[in-house]
Amino acid sequence: MEHMVENKETQEQEVALRVEQVGMKFNLSKEKVDNLKEYFIKFIKKELTYQEFWALKDVNFEVKKGDRVGIVGLNGAGKSTLLKVIAGVLKPTEGRVVSKGKIVPLLELGAGFDKQYTGAENIYLYGALLGYSKEFIQKKYKQIVEFSELGEFIDVPVKNYSSGMRARLGFSIATVVKPEILILDEVLSVGDARFRKKSEARIQSMFAQGVTVLFVSHSLEQVRRICNKAVMLEHGNVIAMGDVEDVAAVYNTKLAQQKQRRKKKRKQERLELERLAQLAAQGQDTEALLKEEDAKQNALSGQESK
Amino acid sequence: MKRYIGNFTKYKFLLSELVKKDIKLKYRRSKLGIVWTLIEPILTTLVLSLVFGILKGKGDAFPVYILTGRLLFSFYSGSTKVAAKSIRSNGGMIRKVYIPKYMYPLASVLSNFVIFMISMIVLVGAMIIFRVVPTAHTILGIIPLGVLFLFSLGTSMILATVEVFFRDLEYLWGVMLTLMMYCSCIFYEPKSLGLHADILKFNPMFSIIYNFRNAVFYHKHLDGFALLYSGMVSLVLLVIGIYVFYKKQDEFILNI
Repeated sequence: MEHMVENKETQEQEVALRVEQVGMKFNLSKEKVDNLKEYFIKFIKKELTYQEFWALKDVNFEVKKGDRVGIVGLNGAGKSTLLKVIAGVLKPTEGRVVSKGKIVPLLELGAGFDKQYTGAENIYLYGALLGYSKEFIQKKYKQIVEFSELGEFIDVPVKNYSSGMRARLGFSIATVVKPEILILDEVLSVGDARFRKKSEARIQSMFAQGVTVLFVSHSLEQVRRICNKAVMLEHGNVIAMGDVEDVAAVYNTKLAQQKQRRKKKRKQERLELERLAQLAAQGQDTEALLKEEDAKQNALSGQESK
Repeated sequence: MKRYIGNFTKYKFLLSELVKKDIKLKYRRSKLGIVWTLIEPILTTLVLSLVFGILKGKGDAFPVYILTGRLLFSFYSGSTKVAAKSIRSNGGMIRKVYIPKYMYPLASVLSNFVIFMISMIVLVGAMIIFRVVPTAHTILGIIPLGVLFLFSLGTSMILATVEVFFRDLEYLWGVMLTLMMYCSCIFYEPKSLGLHADILKFNPMFSIIYNFRNAVFYHKHLDGFALLYSGMVSLVLLVIGIYVFYKKQDEFILNI
């Protein structure tokens, strides 16, 4: 019965992106061993221990074409990892991501620029990195330069650019295509107020053309403004998805819970300190007490992370 | 397989851009630009010929002998050194966008090969000066050069992979290269070591240089064993290189 209902739904709207059973495992070592010498020493001393850590586990969801999905979650929930998996940068340990159409990630614009290259040369290099063809860049070159408003600075090495200029150029190159799926990390604040308006207008026009959007942000405000759907992650698991308002409600309760827990913890800490001060005043051995205190603190934080 | 080829054609433009970038940037900062590619081997050959020529009292065309070894070896050491670092030094991009990662070591080897080809002008010049007249055998020199390219690429793929996980490989490889250089008869002849050339042939770098000299300098046929051996070693290295690279490339991002 359930199966049939699902089928009906997919028929109504095309699926642009499907995340199937995605899990991402990291091996965390206490210290990073990145050279042969240390590796060898640790290997002999048998100190090579890794801790497994699942940044994502059993993540399943579908994005319909034209949907604008916000991905929300507290710090360390796995949002960025999920975006990287969807963008194809990280290969998931389990599961897979099926997408239809060109994905354009607007993440940290201009990260691929070569500093010694001029703006003009970087247009070709960055375009090639994004997988554009030579003909395409040649055709769009004028448009890119125009939109970036760099004028004659286009022939100056990028190392002499201001960060705003660099972001402007990056934005102009990345958005010259018409992507089917757009990945946005936080809201783009590119350049000065005027350029920001212009770039927002460009993204809005993409929205209007029915592009599918994945958007990550800490700000619920922004997610509500931009998205119609949302997915909430906690410790790598999807704990809520659906309409943006419903998920926002869950997010708010979670946030309130976390605040309360923090408050409680702080209160406990204060009480402990007071007790310690009292005892110290009574002339007891503070050092032994401090040790005891540490142990307690550790147990407490251990509880917290659970 | 079809998927890989499709992906390669899609990113062909990226490869050419990366090669172009390497070459352009290498010479942008210096006033003499690409001329350095020519001056540098001339100067070192001059020094080596003076030192070893006076010491040993070699024949007239000794500089040509040195150049044939030195140019080939400096291509190998230059390309493997740059390629070994290529994944790490482009980490910023690899972390942001999906790109076929083998493009980086491949581009490093290719750009060095282009520069190597340009520096061959020096060899031609030296051959004219020292009257080493080209014969039908000279054209066979292309074969060891092809082997050398595969040899460099195979080594580079392995080094690029390992370097991601162990940064100090760079220094170890530097030492290895020095050892290899002294075993490749670049500025001395095998018989001056009191060794028969057959033993040295087990060093693939020597085999390649040996055959290149046979074609260009001695105007002889290529040595069958040296050609087969260096070719086999290069192919095996390339297969291992591609295998470990593909096996490990998804972990690169976690370590750079």
